[in-house]
Amino acid sequence: MFQQVPMVEIDGMKLVQTRAILNYIASKYNLYGKDVKERALIDMYIEGMTDLNEMILLLPLTPPDQKDAKVALIKERTTNRYFPAFEKVLKSHGQDYLVGNRLSRADIQLVELLYEVEEVDPSLIANFPLLKALKTRISNLPAVKKFLQPGSQRKPPIDAKKLEEAKKIFKF
Amino acid sequence: MAAKPKLYYFPGRGRMESIRWLLAAAGVEFEEELFETREQYEKVQKDGRLLFGQVPLVEIDGMALTQTRAILSYLAAKYDFYGKDLKERVRIDMYTDGTLDLMFPIMASPFQPPKEKEEGLASAVKKAKTRYFPVYEKILKNHGEDFLVGNKFSWADIQLLEAILMVEEMNASVLSDFPLLKAFKARISSIPTIKKFLQPGSQRKQPPDSHYVELVKNILQI
Repeated sequence: MFQQVPMVEIDGMKLVQTRAILNYIASKYNLYGKDVKERALIDMYIEGMTDLNEMILLLPLTPPDQKDAKVALIKERTTNRYFPAFEKVLKSHGQDYLVGNRLSRADIQLVELLYEVEEVDPSLIANFPLLKALKTRISNLPAVKKFLQPGSQRKPPIDAKKLEEAKKIFKF
Repeated sequence: MAAKPKLYYFPGRGRMESIRWLLAAAGVEFEEELFETREQYEKVQKDGRLLFGQVPLVEIDGMALTQTRAILSYLAAKYDFYGKDLKERVRIDMYTDGTLDLMFPIMASPFQPPKEKEEGLASAVKKAKTRYFPVYEKILKNHGEDFLVGNKFSWADIQLLEAILMVEEMNASVLSDFPLLKAFKARISSIPTIKKFLQPGSQRKQPPDSHYVELVKNILQI
């Protein structure tokens, strides 16, 4: 629609815009909380996750002379802004999931983010016991466990060769 | 009686403006705390109401909501601007994500060095003309209805109007090739709650000037 991907064909529609796609899938598969208020909390949490995720996603595109500074910023934000916020949420209610005592997209997206941060620096999660526990718990859910295994459709981090290909295709 | 929603932000548009538009369109009165000093801002930060230490913050229905899109989605659902079912909602999500993608770089540009600012604004106008406005023109053409989704006034319409006005402030003739968008603009602008918001004296904020940019930079220490 806006000359961009991702695009997902589902239920007779061609969906674009990452958030719109995620919102649709989460609603359809009951991973979006039980009411508008739970949804608002979930949205607030995942928007924060998206901000950090975007910084990590764009790291391969950073010019070499700016890369160290970018990595330092990612580490700082992770340690001082994002991980403390989610650890605090889990501590505040003591439940197994971020929202409504039930699995939601917030838990899935947080664990995805935890794996990505681990790829940047595995030591960053060291002082966040509840995040560590959530990561283990969610990773053991059968569907997630399967996705984390080799042979699934999960994609590896981008490498230099794939980045060059992408640059050619998308002309950037 | 429920308390009015309360908005916490700087005295300008930024990321709070889309929220103001939505509340105004719903005819909902709201209060604002506008940060003029770093002390005011730090007080809100220290209160622990800012989940990620950032504004916008909206206090509504007993919640301290941050993250622009989370707030907008909540308000859209609350005031029945989010379509009648999941399929209409996903279309509204796609369209509003598009307009936010168009508007955010424009909002960010005053805070950039002069050269990047010029380039950013020029790029935004170009994207409006070649990527975004053609899409919305086509949507209106395809169904021939007055509103973008479901033949009913929604968040998508409110935000498209906001985006059109924002781009027009940089390039007054940007709608010259889009007759349906021109008609759309006139139509939505004359909805009573929107008309009221567009008049002087409303809580609509001005485009950022150098004073605003300095204020924000001081408060955020950037």
